Amino acid sequence: MTRVGAAPTIGVLALQGDVREHLAALRSLGADPISVRRPAELAACDGLVVPGGESTTMIKLATIFDLLEPLREAVRGGLPAFGTCAGMIMLADRIEDGTVGQETIGGLHITVRRNAFGRQVDSFEEDLHVDGLADPVRAVFIRAPWVEAVDDDVEVLARVEAGPAAGRIVAVRQGPLMATSFHPEVGSDDRVHGMFVDLVRSS
Amino acid sequence: MAEHTPETPIEHGTSRVKRGMAEMLKGGVIMDVVTADQAKIAEDAGAVAVMALERVPADIRAQGGVSRMSDPDMIDGIIEAVSIPVMAKARIGHFAEAQVLQSLGVDYIDESEVLTPADYTHHIDKWAFTVPFVCGATNLGEALRRITEGAGMIRSKGEAGTGDVSNAVTHMRTIRGELNRLHGMAEDELYLAAKELQAPYELVKEVAAAGKLPVVLFTAGGIATPADAAMMMQLGAEGVFVGSGIFKSGNPAQRAEAIVKATTFFDDPDVVAKVSRGLGEAMVGLNVDEIPQPHRLSERGW
Repeated sequence: MTRVGAAPTIGVLALQGDVREHLAALRSLGADPISVRRPAELAACDGLVVPGGESTTMIKLATIFDLLEPLREAVRGGLPAFGTCAGMIMLADRIEDGTVGQETIGGLHITVRRNAFGRQVDSFEEDLHVDGLADPVRAVFIRAPWVEAVDDDVEVLARVEAGPAAGRIVAVRQGPLMATSFHPEVGSDDRVHGMFVDLVRSS
Repeated sequence: MAEHTPETPIEHGTSRVKRGMAEMLKGGVIMDVVTADQAKIAEDAGAVAVMALERVPADIRAQGGVSRMSDPDMIDGIIEAVSIPVMAKARIGHFAEAQVLQSLGVDYIDESEVLTPADYTHHIDKWAFTVPFVCGATNLGEALRRITEGAGMIRSKGEAGTGDVSNAVTHMRTIRGELNRLHGMAEDELYLAAKELQAPYELVKEVAAAGKLPVVLFTAGGIATPADAAMMMQLGAEGVFVGSGIFKSGNPAQRAEAIVKATTFFDDPDVVAKVSRGLGEAMVGLNVDEIPQPHRLSERGW
């Protein structure tokens, strides 16, 4: 539980990926960010960010270093969590186009399609309207997943607006869990992280 | 959600998209593979990407001759076999090889000194491509020149195919030392610094203010053990390329996984010690000093 007024401790899963960018965004918002590679570090967190990176690498390392079960327990226990790109895959209950038997932390009642937009030459950026933010964000999609299906309790926050994938779901929230297909940590706009810090503060 | 019209259309191949791709590889290991089977082993071991090539540097060195871009069928086979990003090498200056690799759908091109250079004057104009490029550098000036040409990621050169990590160490220490020196300079000293680095003043000014490169910096060249990877990460590398070190060793799957673990826990000697046990034989090494000068790969490129 967060003490009223105190800076919440928000962990960034630091097994692999763009950890530093998330730490910087969280710090600029007045949170107290820490890197999480061990169960003891996870236990100190009021919220957790699962960064962009390679989901197959992250899940493998989480399993080997006995972090996967503590992560699952924390999310089941109501720890606020926010996943970007690979982090969205890690928080999804179901994956399409994963590696054989690819596991996840789970928690979000969604089906995510991995590498849904194609290869790196298909990676792109666009102005994206996100529910809860007045102005669009410049969303950067890098070999990104999209959300193929959501259960009734999942709130859709954004859909792709142009191009062949227009209409695809790329940002969701379900109680204390949030996920985006794009990378709000790439660039200097910290409003999406702000939404998550608010979520942690109100949990 | 409210109805609206997008202000700007979607854009591909921007600097943010190219450099961002490399950001996602940070803290990870990129492994050289020559077959689809090796690519699977690398993916299963936790590699963040594979580098598809026809011969690993140790074999290029042993067999000699001109070394070129890999066969498209071989690259296709590797793209088919794995779901992680696939990189491939083009010769320095060989923009047509790079065009072919882009059309095959590789995720990153390494304009690499490991292959025989195609142009001894010009590197590839990397801004002309949608696919991002990684380039080798031995010092800060070289790194900044590659970034000026559009590279989205930099790696140390090291001396590929040797299992001798000493050159990679020299390159990382040199780049980091020069970054620190630049960061501490007064603004009116940066004009001369730009001249000496043979890099554009605007970029030098940006890097001096930030104290770091505007792109991700990996290490490469001679990394063969978990401790090698841990040392390079402690020296400031943001991730590791392993070339011949894995598939020229006694037990590739186990060594690959050990290097992945050591890269994540590079600052925890207990983990590095644990993963270093029972790996069998490392690749047979070759001391850089014993290689005659014309055969040193890191001296290719400028």
